[in-house]
Amino acid sequence: MLKANYTLGDRYVIQGVIGVGGMGAVYKARDMHFPNVIKLVAAKEMVNRETDPLLRQTIIKNFEREANLLATLSHAAIPRIYDYFSHEQKSYLVLEFIKGKDLEEMLHERATFFPENLVIGWGIELCDVLQYLHTLKPEPIVFRDIKPSNVMINEHNHIILVDFGIAKHFQTGEKGTMIGTEGYSPPEQYRGEATALADIYALGATLHHLLTRRDPRLEPPFSFSERPIRKINPLISEELATVIKQSLQYKPEDRFPSALAMKEALVGIARKTGEFPNEPLIHTRRHQQSKIEKIIDPVWTFACEDEIRGSPTVHRGTVYIGSYDHNLYSLDASNGEFNWKYPTDGGVVSRPFVHEGDIFIGSEDHRLHVVSSRSGRVVWTYFTGGPVRSSPVLAHGHVFLGSDDGHLHAVNLLSGRLVWKTETGTPVRSSPLVDNEAIYFGTEAGDFYCLDFRGGIKWRYKAKRAITSSPTIADGVLYFGSLDSTIYAIEAKTGWVVWRFRMGKGSISNPFFFENKIYTGSADGNIYCIEAGSGKETWRHTTEHQVTGSPVIYNDSLYCGSVDSYLYCLEYRTGRLRWKFQTEGPITSTPAIEDNVIYFGSTDHKLYAIQI
Amino acid sequence: MTGFFQKLFSKHRDTVQPATDQHHREESLLQNELEQTLEQQENQKNHLEPPQLLVGCGHSPGLQRDHNEDAIFTLTTTLVSNSTHIPFGFYIIADGMGGHVHGELASEIAVRAMSNHVIRNLYTPLYSLSSVPPNLSIQEIMQDGVQLAHRAITQETPGGGSTLTAMLIMGSQLTIAHVGDSRMYIIQPDMQIESLTHDHSYVQRLQDLGQISPEEASVHPQRNVLYRALGQGEPFEADVTSRRIASGYLLLCSDGLWGVISEAEIIDAVVNNPHPALACQQLVAAANKAGGPDNISAILVHLPE
Repeated sequence: MLKANYTLGDRYVIQGVIGVGGMGAVYKARDMHFPNVIKLVAAKEMVNRETDPLLRQTIIKNFEREANLLATLSHAAIPRIYDYFSHEQKSYLVLEFIKGKDLEEMLHERATFFPENLVIGWGIELCDVLQYLHTLKPEPIVFRDIKPSNVMINEHNHIILVDFGIAKHFQTGEKGTMIGTEGYSPPEQYRGEATALADIYALGATLHHLLTRRDPRLEPPFSFSERPIRKINPLISEELATVIKQSLQYKPEDRFPSALAMKEALVGIARKTGEFPNEPLIHTRRHQQSKIEKIIDPVWTFACEDEIRGSPTVHRGTVYIGSYDHNLYSLDASNGEFNWKYPTDGGVVSRPFVHEGDIFIGSEDHRLHVVSSRSGRVVWTYFTGGPVRSSPVLAHGHVFLGSDDGHLHAVNLLSGRLVWKTETGTPVRSSPLVDNEAIYFGTEAGDFYCLDFRGGIKWRYKAKRAITSSPTIADGVLYFGSLDSTIYAIEAKTGWVVWRFRMGKGSISNPFFFENKIYTGSADGNIYCIEAGSGKETWRHTTEHQVTGSPVIYNDSLYCGSVDSYLYCLEYRTGRLRWKFQTEGPITSTPAIEDNVIYFGSTDHKLYAIQI
Repeated sequence: MTGFFQKLFSKHRDTVQPATDQHHREESLLQNELEQTLEQQENQKNHLEPPQLLVGCGHSPGLQRDHNEDAIFTLTTTLVSNSTHIPFGFYIIADGMGGHVHGELASEIAVRAMSNHVIRNLYTPLYSLSSVPPNLSIQEIMQDGVQLAHRAITQETPGGGSTLTAMLIMGSQLTIAHVGDSRMYIIQPDMQIESLTHDHSYVQRLQDLGQISPEEASVHPQRNVLYRALGQGEPFEADVTSRRIASGYLLLCSDGLWGVISEAEIIDAVVNNPHPALACQQLVAAANKAGGPDNISAILVHLPE
């Protein structure tokens, strides 16, 4: 690589490196033929790696022929070529220096979507320069390599097409590898056929990348139709999405017939949206939303005296639900009629567990209560040293539950006496999971424990913040969320992390496993669907507020409440909204479903039963 | 095979009875032993104690190339104690490409960079005195390993390229990292075969899109064209997935194997050999018998029940 202040070809003083490519570097240099002004140029270096002297000579000849051709081009979006020369193993092309950034850099620097109008403007200019190249006489030029890194935006926000395929002569023809830019190239280019219509495809691919921020090089080729623009970026107009879709058609004859035709289509959109920027979009979104808001009468509702923050349990035609009004309620599932209520001395936020005619429930009064499902009378209670917010779990003749006293308690099912407790030091609000001779739960300090049945620690994993979420297990892997904004997949036997999934904010929602996918909610307002094998996002649905409850899948729908007060019903495969139902307060809990009826509580004090 | 012999030996000891009639005892013992050996041979196919990985590999330049651009790596360990049983297996196959740009260098660099990274970040912590899990997830470590291999090739042999398919067996999970068109198959005891990797090849993509049939793909002029390979293009990401391991056979192979012999031949060699090492020799021989047009590599791991 050339150092600064080196004088290239007795004329160009190197000032620095602009970039390094596979064939060599690109330098920023000053042209000393103009000693009185600072004239900057870009010097593109290409290293000739061919060892055979004859082939080497051919490469240089081809390079020079093409440089001559490019020197005749004249378009505002094409850098001018000033000079070229070859020296030993290296050939140089000296071009106009462009002050600006390429679109790839701009994509990296930005965390948000580009506005539609900006992208349309760039698209129009790109069509314009392509039209110029495609109609050149006597021979049209196919650019072959349109992609964000080959498009520069100068100081005046105009596009400049850089890196004409001149370097391709220096590429050694490897077997089995591709020439061209994979993610952006059309199918026919893989067969070595490149026409003007290939440039149209690559332009469409570039615009798709700019609008969706999804890098096509990380996706299978020709998969743009699997990433519809408006699904990823709903702010984009239907019209623009349609134009890009047409440019990305698999068959060349289905795309725009020319860059000019595509330019006209883009200009048409710019005229429309230029006058009313984004206004019509908002209208269509509102309109869509009102359509899917479910006008529905619940089968019944039941009002408690305070907020319902916990989740209901349905068992043999009866719904059990705890409330902040300190009571555990038993209701007839078919009509919501009151059977009995059992008063505790604190708010009830945990989920009731039913076992052989008894209801097990934790309360903020520090106790675990066991209540007869028939009479609503107490069978026994068990004291912990702090409020109980974790839901009890029954397994192997024991009740396992966490408490704010910092312990996980194992209580004998018949006697109600403590068998053992394991100290963690901080409140345990996560509900334990019992599976295959191990007990799994998280703590508010962010520790995740695996205990054996004697209360001994098998392994422990430390997350960065609290684990309130209750774990679920599938195929030997545990899944849970943490307030550190991560969903963890942990190998149950060893406690080693298989993958981590990052969200915008923390999660206390309990992940739901179904058909090799993990469904969960997050305080960033999204309901996520994550591939269980790879930890990759399949879809997300954005609600208007935090999602603290957990999703449930029933038939072909996913149901989940949000703090925005709605119960959402989504197609579970795509995350598309089927309908949503509004309550009068935030929904923080998880619904229960039985016989096509969904039961869920809201902080508006009510328990709802809706036919689905 | 050691497991098999040990098992026989220990069983044998258990069956020794106090002698009364020497002659009669020997005769019946012989009879017993034979029956037991047969029975155990039958059992051995399905059960080993402790559960362990049986591994073999094969590697041949084929009949039409003078050097081998494939590289393979295998590492199998077991730690068994009263409280612990940690089987660990890590296997890599890399198929270099680039003709005169030293494909064999690229594949070796790929295998060295990847194995080194995983040994340092997973293997060493796993078997250290206090087994402390790394900060990164297993999938992140595998992804990083492939990225390192990719960068190493870009630096050491510019223009060179390689495929890489790696599988990691740890605890109950199998994690696969994959780039290119080498493949990983799982063959169930009931002879069902399934590929767990998806070729990053032009013809595979055309098949996915319904543009060509598998038959057309096998003779397509661009069937060697990959759209993703180590040393080629940025940005770059490997497919990384995990799944629960079950009993059966796991086969890693380069296209010199899967592109040359049929799935039926693969299944036959895999399930009908007493040991994976022998199965791999048979697989390589079959590919050579079919003309051996390309380098052939195979790693076979047997997970008995």
